Formats: sequence, structure tokens, C-alpha cells
Amino acid sequence: MDVELLYWDGCPSTPEARELLADVLASNGVEAEIRMHHVGTDAEAKALRFPGSPTIRIDGRDVDPEGADATPALTCRVYYLADGRPSPIPSRDDLEAALT
Amino acid sequence: MTLTLATEAPPFELPGVDGSTHSLDDYADAPVLAVVWSCNHCPYVLAWEDRMSAIQRDYAERGFRLVAISSNDAESYPADSFEAMKAHAADKGFPFDYLYDEDQSVARAYGPERTPEVFLFDADRRLVYHGAIDDSRDEYAVSESYLRDAIDAVLDGRDPQRSDTPPVGCSIKWRA
Repeated sequence: MDVELLYWDGCPSTPEARELLADVLASNGVEAEIRMHHVGTDAEAKALRFPGSPTIRIDGRDVDPEGADATPALTCRVYYLADGRPSPIPSRDDLEAALT
Repeated sequence: MTLTLATEAPPFELPGVDGSTHSLDDYADAPVLAVVWSCNHCPYVLAWEDRMSAIQRDYAERGFRLVAISSNDAESYPADSFEAMKAHAADKGFPFDYLYDEDQSVARAYGPERTPEVFLFDADRRLVYHGAIDDSRDEYAVSESYLRDAIDAVLDGRDPQRSDTPPVGCSIKWRA
């Protein structure tokens, strides 16, 4: 399984996102390296279709497909939890769903 | 450079989403004033802004005022444009003033690094608390309410027990 975490260092959510992702992988018995990919310029964001930090792709698929097509930008990405609350990282449920 | 404790609040005069211009002097009657750097697009702000509204409502009877300022570069971040600020404030029903610092001069005077980031001033407009609103972006995980504690202290004539905490949020989007 290919697991990629794209991030921009202007957003502080990367460590929390990586920790949650690693925990979800481990608790689901997935032995996969998290490939960290820093996005540092607008050109890179556009080339990588990077809608904000963090963006997590599993086998190339965004864990939050609804937000994947937002305008590429060096920004903090907004996720929405099941109860509608905004969050700077995806939910555990969304990450687990992306593994199946 | 971020304001240091006991520094006097720099003056400002900025347009608000309500169509009026607001200056620091407009809040002269408030015994305690929170100036909060904010914006539209940041998920950390979105996670905290309902708490900002709740704090304004809860302390309104005691004269507390909260004013939010966005200084983000709207050319690079259109979601933070003044028009978008007006729409967001209307959608959320903010009970506080939401001001636009288009030329970023007020941000340069106060020195915020993040959104949201709080500067709390006493009745003499001396900085008594700087930092985060509380200790968790997750409202259900909050164990320490830094801003509420600091407001309580000032209203009770005490110095806040905690005067500085690290703000957590998106970087200020400075113009190139």
C-alpha cells in the first residue's frame, strides 16, 4: 500500500496528522511507510494538485475526496468531522475508511 | 516583533464588516479588551470561532469586548477578502466586530504570527495576556481556558495567572 502525506510547513497540523495516520495504519495491521512530501511553492502545489496541508493519499486516492479538487494552494486544509465540526486534520474514521 | 507584556495597545482604525470604521478608542469603555487575529480560511480559526462568540456573549454584561482582525493577504488567499469576511460574519452571526487590516499595518504593530492569536488588554490598555484561546482546538478536549481565566482575573482586579501561551493556528499571510 502506498501512503503519502503531503504537507506545507506554514501549517502546524503535520505532526498531529502523521501521528494519527501512523496509529490508524498500525491498529489496522497495515505495514506501510508514510512517505512525507513537502510542498513549498505555488508551482509545486499546482503540479501536485495540492489542496492544502495536510493532504493524505492512499494508493493515490485522497482520504477526503470531497476536498481533493479545491484550488491548489499553500494553505491549511479544512476537514469536517462527522458531526460537522471543522478540523485541520481528517478524522480517524475517514482514514480508516480510506484503507478499505 | 510581538508585543510584550505591559505594552500599551497600538492604536488602529479599520473598516469592519458592519460597514463602520472602528478604532481602538471606540472600545475605551471596556474594562478588558481582547484583540484576536483571525481570518476566514484557517481550520484552526473555524474550530475556535464559536468559542470566541461564546466568550463575547458570556462576558458582555461585564463590559468585555472582543474584536477580531484579519490581516491576511487576500490576493493570495481570496477566501480572506473583505467581501468574504462580510459573508462569513453574517453566516456565523458574530457578536463581535470583525475588522479588515488590508495594508497589514496593524498586524505589524501588534506582531501576531498565527490565527487565532489573542492580545488581551486591561482597562489601561496594557497587555496582560497573549496567546491561545484555550489549550485545545477540539472543544471537547479543553482542560484550560486561558482567555476566560485571564478575563476573569482582570475583571476581578488580579493579574492573570498565566500571561503567555503559544498560539496554535495558521500563519499570518503576509504580502510578498
